[in-house]
Amino acid sequence: MALPEDDPATASAEAVAEAPLVEAPADTVAGEVVLRLTDVVKTFPGVRALDGVQLEVRAGEVHCLLGQNGAGKSTLIKVLAGVHQPDSGQVEWRGEPATFANPQAAMKAGIATIYQELDLVEDLSVAENAFLGHEYRNFGFVRRGRMARHTRQILSRLGHGEIPPGRMVRSLPAAGKQIVSMARALSHEARLIIMDEPSAVLAHDEVGNLFRIIRELTAQGIAVIYISHRLEEIREIGDRVTVLKDGRTTAANLPARDTPTRDLVSRMTGRTIEYVFPDRPTDDSAGADLLQVQGLTRTGEFADVSLNVRAGEIVGIAGLVGSGRSELLETIYGARLPEAGTVQMDGKVLRPGVGAAVRAGMGMAPEERKSQALLLGEPIYRNVTLATFGRYARLGFTNAAKERAEADRIAETLELRPRDVDRPVRTLSGGNQQKVVVGRWLLGGTKLLLLDEPTRGVDVGARAELYQVIRSLAAQGVGVLLVSSEVPEVLGLADRVLVMREGRVVREAAAGELDENTVLDLVMAGSLMEGAPA
Amino acid sequence: MSDATPTPTATPERPQLPAQSPPVDPAETAVADNKAGSGRKLSWWRGDGGDGAKRNLGLIGVLAALIVVGAITKPDLYGDPNWVWNNVLAILQLASVVGVVTVGMTFVIIGGGIDLSVGAIVALAGVWCTTVATQSYGAGGMIFTALAVGICVGLVNGVLISYGRLVPFIATLAMLVAARGLAASISNKQTQVSSSTFINDIAARKVIGIPILVYILGAVVLAGWVVLNRTTFGRRTIAVGGNPEAARLAGINVRRHTMLLYALSGLCCGIAAIMLTSQATSAQAAMANLYELDAIAAAIIGGTLLSGGRGTIVGSLLGVIIFATITNLFAINGLSIEAQNMVKGGIIVAAVLVQQFQFKSVTRLLARNRVTTAT
Repeated sequence: MALPEDDPATASAEAVAEAPLVEAPADTVAGEVVLRLTDVVKTFPGVRALDGVQLEVRAGEVHCLLGQNGAGKSTLIKVLAGVHQPDSGQVEWRGEPATFANPQAAMKAGIATIYQELDLVEDLSVAENAFLGHEYRNFGFVRRGRMARHTRQILSRLGHGEIPPGRMVRSLPAAGKQIVSMARALSHEARLIIMDEPSAVLAHDEVGNLFRIIRELTAQGIAVIYISHRLEEIREIGDRVTVLKDGRTTAANLPARDTPTRDLVSRMTGRTIEYVFPDRPTDDSAGADLLQVQGLTRTGEFADVSLNVRAGEIVGIAGLVGSGRSELLETIYGARLPEAGTVQMDGKVLRPGVGAAVRAGMGMAPEERKSQALLLGEPIYRNVTLATFGRYARLGFTNAAKERAEADRIAETLELRPRDVDRPVRTLSGGNQQKVVVGRWLLGGTKLLLLDEPTRGVDVGARAELYQVIRSLAAQGVGVLLVSSEVPEVLGLADRVLVMREGRVVREAAAGELDENTVLDLVMAGSLMEGAPA
Repeated sequence: MSDATPTPTATPERPQLPAQSPPVDPAETAVADNKAGSGRKLSWWRGDGGDGAKRNLGLIGVLAALIVVGAITKPDLYGDPNWVWNNVLAILQLASVVGVVTVGMTFVIIGGGIDLSVGAIVALAGVWCTTVATQSYGAGGMIFTALAVGICVGLVNGVLISYGRLVPFIATLAMLVAARGLAASISNKQTQVSSSTFINDIAARKVIGIPILVYILGAVVLAGWVVLNRTTFGRRTIAVGGNPEAARLAGINVRRHTMLLYALSGLCCGIAAIMLTSQATSAQAAMANLYELDAIAAAIIGGTLLSGGRGTIVGSLLGVIIFATITNLFAINGLSIEAQNMVKGGIIVAAVLVQQFQFKSVTRLLARNRVTTAT
């Protein structure tokens, strides 16, 4: 697909007009161009990860990078961070052609990257982390005092002078760790900081704090590349937006505030999708009580939670990270032992342990796909049948042919791409990996599905498909208990909503009776996260 | 199985969700077997990793190189087919005892653990089955005792590790020390001679020209391959070693399975104890010294990932045979044990280096092929 710059005719009149051609207004982006990528291509075995990327970043701007999972954002970041080297195309850094042979070279040149999984050493202090790899030293001895002073300086530059440089990073909350990552970037005198979904690990009020820091950085002339799935954040913090799709730039330098959402989404997907939730059934089709939870308690996680899920019903739990919702789900599933309370399936109290829960017909898609749900190196079919391979076996002998056939049926139903069940799961995109995890429980009589953040890291198109899958499961009589930190998702998908705050259910209502603002108010009322930096 | 018929399900325009399939009826699967096949040919011999099979080619290359070295250093011996055949049998016989131990070790390592106590278990089982009291029950009693001791000690390891939450390294290190101690105290530090001709004949006899020990190795390897690649036990082993949390949340009883893995390793040690006792026609507390290192090294150069989740039985067998071939090579050239150990160390490092390189290029190759065939 030709870039709009090359061929303005491709931009349809009503959709994006000439937006891609328009340079952002001069008042928002005053600085000179620090980074310019022209036709950057990077191929991996089997994938053309970057297929002609254009990017222009100016000093002092927040440049947002938008794109679905698999669009090439991660690869692009790694090229800029010196992890990968481009196959062809030009990288111009501060006016001169540049190649970064390794991450150290990129750091030295002034490009710092803050990855989603913060790469801090938990058992070193804040100062040691900030200066990791380039400590001040004399004859091999680290000059701790000087390092601590400089760290304190940087931290106050970030507006967080209250974090003690000597504190162990392990003891900091997620937001604090992120600030240490930024301190490290500044310790390298970075001119460009790349942030990969920095808000994903943060609670709502901490995001505001992050934005304040970003504004201070840009005010000092530092450029920021900001990656996020959340459009409202891009609107708030971004100056310009570059959209990637299938490894190409489909739109460059769109004004972040004024470009209509529909245009951005259509640039990402080639189609116009908002959150599309399937219709709820009009009649009350839910059946008898499937799951009954009474007075479930684990100290410090949640207290006295009672809820029920009926067959064919989708119950959503809204709450922030840390509200106890994931722990609740795992306790219901038998993966954690409750201190008090009972879990009943079909009126029978469950014995402790995951095995009993699975036998009673429960299935769970946990929060962390990669670390909790998948055997990444194993083929797709074995991941799909991980919970059921015993049922296809005879006398202890597995039936690989049957498993492949069943997995292929699931792959077809869920429109898994690519539909090759012998491929390692590692090679799939996030959305498709999630389909594998959910698909696991479509095999063999699952009556209740527990979904923990089913759409985290899943792109817009795959989300709609997942919603469809969840709804049709319910239509077949499966009960669904859904946890999500995205309020619109809970409200749009669930029939009934429980709002959790600090380990307690504070409101229960039919989804139709609640709106996003009400839920957000409930979720965030009172004191929020403890330990969040002031 | 070879012809891949397309799945007979009629495909509607938008595929419907499958009706919740009830727990599978065995009779149904039997029928479904023939229809199954998602467009890919399934070979009955295909093991777990398609890559694993390719990695084993490298090991066969190493083996070939060793044979070439042998042929160069002793051309006169290698010119005699009779001698070569007998030498091959000698190598296999040399590999048989450690080979059996290595099969158990491979399961433990794939399952994410390590068993340092195998040598000590072999010694304890050997000593226990040759006490005067045990020998009074005859060969059957001796075999039963050796296997039972192996399984029980393995179970103790397993219980300590999975329910006592000890680190496998620590638990089996403790067992290494304790089991040798127990063996020394049972035998009173004496060598116990086996008076059972049945036991002693195992190592002495041949059937159709091949030593019985080699048959035992073959049987254990075959059983190990089938269990790892074709049974739910094997599948659970890979799942538990590859991602214990995912296995647990999929309803697999990770702790029980971990315990069983050590029991399996113990069982293999029990079998090895009988073989070794038969070879020496006696047992003593110092027997099977450092077998744990030989077994771990063989599994590692055989491509088993020390962090778990990946490995092959055939690779481990090749690892054992390579070590036995080196020993044999040094023996026929009259070289010292010391030099031999240095070469073995070098081989371990070299094999792992080569495999890493090879594995990368193989994955690359596979991925490249996919581009052309997929979509």
